[in-house]
Amino acid sequence: MLLSVESVEKSYRKGGLFSKEREHVLKNISFECKLGECLGIIGESGSGKSTLGRLLLGIEKPDRGSILFEGKKVEDRKVRTGNLSAVFQDYTSSINPFYTVEEAILEPLQMKRKAREEALSEIDHLLYQVGLDPSYRKKYPHELSGGEVQRVCIARAVSTEPKCILFDEAISSLDGSVQMQVLELLKNLRKRYDMGYIFITHDIQAAAYICDRIMVLRNGEIEEIVEVEQLKDVQSTYTKKLLQMIIA
Amino acid sequence: MKRLQNVWKDKVAVLSLSIITVTTVAGIFAPFVAPNDPEEVHMELRFASASWEYLLGNDHLGRCVLSRLIYGIRPSMLWVFVALLLSVSIGSIVGFLAGYFRGKTDAFLMRVCDVILSFPGYVMTLAIIGILGVGFESLIIAFVLMKWAWFARIIRSSVMQYAESDYVKFAKAIGASNMAIMIRHIVPVALPDIAVISSSSFGSMILQISGFSFLGLGIQAPEAEWGMMLNEARDVMFSRPEFMLAPGLTIVIVVSAINYLSDALQVALDPKLMTSKHKQQGLEAASAVKLEGKGVA
Repeated sequence: MLLSVESVEKSYRKGGLFSKEREHVLKNISFECKLGECLGIIGESGSGKSTLGRLLLGIEKPDRGSILFEGKKVEDRKVRTGNLSAVFQDYTSSINPFYTVEEAILEPLQMKRKAREEALSEIDHLLYQVGLDPSYRKKYPHELSGGEVQRVCIARAVSTEPKCILFDEAISSLDGSVQMQVLELLKNLRKRYDMGYIFITHDIQAAAYICDRIMVLRNGEIEEIVEVEQLKDVQSTYTKKLLQMIIA
Repeated sequence: MKRLQNVWKDKVAVLSLSIITVTTVAGIFAPFVAPNDPEEVHMELRFASASWEYLLGNDHLGRCVLSRLIYGIRPSMLWVFVALLLSVSIGSIVGFLAGYFRGKTDAFLMRVCDVILSFPGYVMTLAIIGILGVGFESLIIAFVLMKWAWFARIIRSSVMQYAESDYVKFAKAIGASNMAIMIRHIVPVALPDIAVISSSSFGSMILQISGFSFLGLGIQAPEAEWGMMLNEARDVMFSRPEFMLAPGLTIVIVVSAINYLSDALQVALDPKLMTSKHKQQGLEAASAVKLEGKGVA
């Protein structure tokens, strides 16, 4: 089991420092994710998708429960190094504005204690895989388009060949045709590197296209987990409604 | 380093940098540079106009104005710079800790800042000088103690904004340590902000130090200091206005040189503001645009 989440709860303090009132964002979340599996997490805005994403990445700690990555706590950053990676939604801030594309991709590679020369030679290949040519190496993020930045982010995430990559609304801010290209790219990369994806999105179609299993989140609780093939015969009324809205 | 080379292409920046360098060197080597003794009184030369021996004339006690200006660089510019550097560094450390770690660290540090900021600045400075005794050193210490909280506040809000960004989240996700994230991602991005606020407070600090010297709490009478020279010239403001010009212009020139340099550094360090290399080669238009931008700012 690659990732196992057990009865995780998370709440945030509402109001000021001394306020007792707390908002429950995640309630009793438990699920598992197998090695090489692509799990989609869908839900409306405010359903706790992104919070769950941050917990899975170990950026924040859950209030209760545990998140284990290959049996070890994901909060420990040594567990994550080189094994876990992420692509985020906002392409305007996902690369340090002072970094060139080359420096951005170098960051995770150097974290893995790779020699600089070796890492530098890999960058061309990585850029090629996401459909960019080596002339992009010296460019700054503000000189790239949204789709190009997301491609660089994908190259950066793939660079250490992690076991799992988390996509937090990674394609939502791109327009239709570019979304399709990126999804296609992700599918190919997954085959090549044999990685697992956790795909957080509000777009069921995109999730259905790429994922093996889909988890529906509603008000911080798991509504249902279904295999993509059985998406037609879902049980809960909420999921049915969600699906109908797309078909209509 | 490659980015610093861009500063050389900006003429205003080169001019500002040379003004600052020349002033600093002149201040450090004042005894060798100054043509006369700054404290030597020649009552027969009171308010004498410029001559070959006294290039900028003599003041109300017949002392050489140029020499006094040069000796005045030390307290007015170099010590102010030291005080600024100290308070900005303390403010940066506090601001970085509060803005990056948030939560309880932030709440505690900001309440400390609130306490310091809630006292009126001049009164607290006076109180600290009262405790430590009159003198320039106490004035500098009082300044550092009072100013850092203000810097901490501003730097915190700037750091907070960058600590939220996705590239910091990514660095955390791949397991970078907090120290590495701060050094690699937050310090370089926040540095332009820090440079701008510290350079803009440099001018006001020079004037404040002069103000305290006027009250007799900073630099003591015979020693030269720009603000004090300005005050001495004030007595003869209408009969001999030219005596205000020398210290007044010096302060204006030095302060604006520092502001222009920090602006140019900001442009040179930020890839977004930096005109790309091929555009910069030879084209005067680029630098003209940059100058216009500064005028607006």
